[in-house]
Amino acid sequence: MADLLQRVAANGDVEAFRALFQDYAPRVKSYMMRQGADPRTAEELAQETLLTVWRKAALYSDEKGSATTWIFTIARNLRIDRLRKEVAWQPLPEDNDEQPSPDPAPDEVMSEKERGDRVRKILAELPPDQSEVVSLAYVEGLSHAEIASRLSLPLGTVKSRMRLAYHKIRDALEDLR
Amino acid sequence: MTITHHPDIANLMCCAAGSQPEAFAAVIASHLSLCKSCCCEVRRMQQIGVALFDKLEPAKMAGPAPVVAMRAGEAETAPQKDETTPAHHPCCGMTAGGVPGPLVPLVGESLDTVDWHWLAPGVWVHTVPLSKGCCGELRLIKVAPGKKIPEHTHEGQELTLILRGSYTDALGTYRQGDVADLDEAAVHSPVACSKMGCICLMANEGKLEFTGTLARILQPLLNR
Repeated sequence: MADLLQRVAANGDVEAFRALFQDYAPRVKSYMMRQGADPRTAEELAQETLLTVWRKAALYSDEKGSATTWIFTIARNLRIDRLRKEVAWQPLPEDNDEQPSPDPAPDEVMSEKERGDRVRKILAELPPDQSEVVSLAYVEGLSHAEIASRLSLPLGTVKSRMRLAYHKIRDALEDLR
Repeated sequence: MTITHHPDIANLMCCAAGSQPEAFAAVIASHLSLCKSCCCEVRRMQQIGVALFDKLEPAKMAGPAPVVAMRAGEAETAPQKDETTPAHHPCCGMTAGGVPGPLVPLVGESLDTVDWHWLAPGVWVHTVPLSKGCCGELRLIKVAPGKKIPEHTHEGQELTLILRGSYTDALGTYRQGDVADLDEAAVHSPVACSKMGCICLMANEGKLEFTGTLARILQPLLNR
């Protein structure tokens, strides 16, 4: 996928873009719908996300992470801007590594793919109560308070489940040290 | 700057997920601009979002890729080589005037030129505007050296980032870059540093409730 993105970046390769679109647009649309957009709005946001990918392809480099990470980040920021009509404060800009850290944390030396595989594996193994809060926060876009009220749980319980889930992921990313 | 108090892990996750109320997101973004270790955590946490996104069931697109439009409008839409940099960068530090990078567009370059409103003896506030329809409040608060912020409870969560000086309460001393991450149950009455006073950025989910008599009289001033 990174390869397709680089072809778009290097020569404005329309065929490569079409392939990226086919792969990503349906997932972006699905993400927007899970975040509460109606199908038409979700479609528009997916189109716009991929159009941004086309426009900004030159800013992508595979040192900045996988194509999926980059495209997802664009979708996520667009969603905050359009669906919530709020400022995308959460600073995960598409070029978040423009100054590579001189001493990367141990897990940053691991390949992006390897990290992704590990994260997916841990997520699949999480107990249902932890997996549920993580999914509500990331996929449905709910705040802690909204999750607490959706699940009729105390706020503290929601937060502690989130923390437990993250600690597992963090441990899995660090054990190569 | 040595940062010793960081936001709760769950709050950083919420930031990575992009599901944080705007006022909190502003405080977290400002802290991230000063704290490399939290930046690294958030980058790891972002991988959770990517992994979940990767697994989503695709939704069929009604329309094709906008290729025709792209060809027709090639001049405007061709990939750009020198896009201007986005407004917010993580880890971009603080201005000489003590404002974290992400906040500059909203409050200007310096804490000294902020339009402060008197709230109580030795306490000034400046409300930072949020997007329309957002719940919660975001404020800059300036406290004179040695002054005490009236004891208060919070309707919801409270997140405070110290921008200048320090304050001390029962939980410890908070200095520049530190975040006090308090939940609903907390009642506290911080005292500003006796030399420099304290300027902080504070996000609240609900309204502040002052518990003392004088403070209750002041309450309407804060919520105006």
